[in-house]
Amino acid sequence: MAKPKPPSRRDLLTSGAKAAGVACLAGLSLTAYVESARRAEATALRPPGALPEDDFQGACVRCGLCVRACPFDTLRLAELGEEAPLGTPFFVARETPCFMCADVPCAKACPTGALDRDIPSIRQADMGVAVLVGHESCLNYKGITCSICHRVCPIRDEAITLEPQAIRGRRMVIPTVHSDKCTGCGTCEKHCVLGHAAIRVLPRELGLGGRGRNPAGRAV
Amino acid sequence: MRLSLTAEARREGVAAKGWVRAHKWWILRRLTQLTALGVFMAGPLAGIWLVRGNFASSEILGFLPLSDPFIAVQSLAAGAVLARVALLGALLITLFYIVVGGRAYCGWICPVNIVTDTAYWLREKLGITRDRKLDRRTRLWVLGGALLASLLSGTVAWEFVNPVSLLQRGLIFGLGAGWTIIAAVFLLDLLITRRGWCGHLCPVGAFYGIMGKASVVRVAASRREACTNCGACFQICTEPHVITPALKGRGTMSILNQDCLNCGSCIDACPVDVFEISVRRNIR
Repeated sequence: MAKPKPPSRRDLLTSGAKAAGVACLAGLSLTAYVESARRAEATALRPPGALPEDDFQGACVRCGLCVRACPFDTLRLAELGEEAPLGTPFFVARETPCFMCADVPCAKACPTGALDRDIPSIRQADMGVAVLVGHESCLNYKGITCSICHRVCPIRDEAITLEPQAIRGRRMVIPTVHSDKCTGCGTCEKHCVLGHAAIRVLPRELGLGGRGRNPAGRAV
Repeated sequence: MRLSLTAEARREGVAAKGWVRAHKWWILRRLTQLTALGVFMAGPLAGIWLVRGNFASSEILGFLPLSDPFIAVQSLAAGAVLARVALLGALLITLFYIVVGGRAYCGWICPVNIVTDTAYWLREKLGITRDRKLDRRTRLWVLGGALLASLLSGTVAWEFVNPVSLLQRGLIFGLGAGWTIIAAVFLLDLLITRRGWCGHLCPVGAFYGIMGKASVVRVAASRREACTNCGACFQICTEPHVITPALKGRGTMSILNQDCLNCGSCIDACPVDVFEISVRRNIR
């Protein structure tokens, strides 16, 4: 075996620079990955009783006990590349909505408190809020009394009501969501008859307008 | 070269003791690993719900909570206030591994161990000798980094990439594109660094190692005077440096290094039965 040559200054500098470069790239990509992966997409809804997203990410250990507790196979754990951060529970309303079990078994199954185990009632859940996003495609806006979203809503006549309105002189009934009653279960989105739902459940901060903050930055 | 499925390091053991005795602990470990996964997979696959959840946190027979202490610690570092169930579960697991040896998790439960052992076996068979040297303490830095990242980001940061969680969860709940990360670990161990993942990088193993530092059950070189210097134990061991003090030193015959997996491979491979599983002895 040949004796190893003592490394020259040039070798040391280049290998040091290489190592530093690799470390920087690795650090950068890990940070970028975690930052990009920690936000769920708007279509990925959290189970009922979930803590606010930032707290949820610290408390959820991705064990899937909520998924197992769900009698309707609504929930699943995110696989790599899915809408929610790797391994966290979510559901897609258009595929399978939350059926709003009265006893909230998923939240009761959570061992860490990422879901509120003591949630008093499914009515207190905040999975998101339904928003009628397709004003040009919604059949009620075309003057047809489809109103399927209103009829399937499990919180009937409270979360979605039909409000008579006159639009360009035509009388219509418009499905109107009441955000204080809507739990974001997604039943309306699931059953919308259009190819792409005109009513969608969005995370509350994305789905609702509001007065926001005054110029000094304080909430008003 | 004679083609054989038996690992090179077990050749002498097989010749001296027969195939079964030279694979005794290996068989037991694989059975344990597959059973651990199997009871979790029996629910979704066959509707037999003995346990629910996965290795991160679970409910055994409908009442006993178990939780992974490393994920719990990340969670606490992230500032989460964990419910009592998870804390109790993490405590139970911690107590268990304080008895049986922290890294018994790596050798007896973790499914990635099967992946990396297979990579190492193939590496030997193919005669791949390229070994990009890494410091074995790198995993401690990764562990520190993971906890720091949890603290700074307020998330269970390592769980965004952790191949250990990813594989067991993937097998129980669906893997998706996660196989790419497992393939990366396999290729790292096969082509780049000898025992690269489990022996150098994985912070889960480092955590369990620290946790089980003072564990009761240990492998011991009880008959070290019989050693023939054949080197089989060093060759089969995932952490060969742990053997030297017990086998060649003058002090305790127990292997006390926290890196030891209590996997028993040295017991299998040794043709003259130097090693045994025993209770920790701090002095000779």
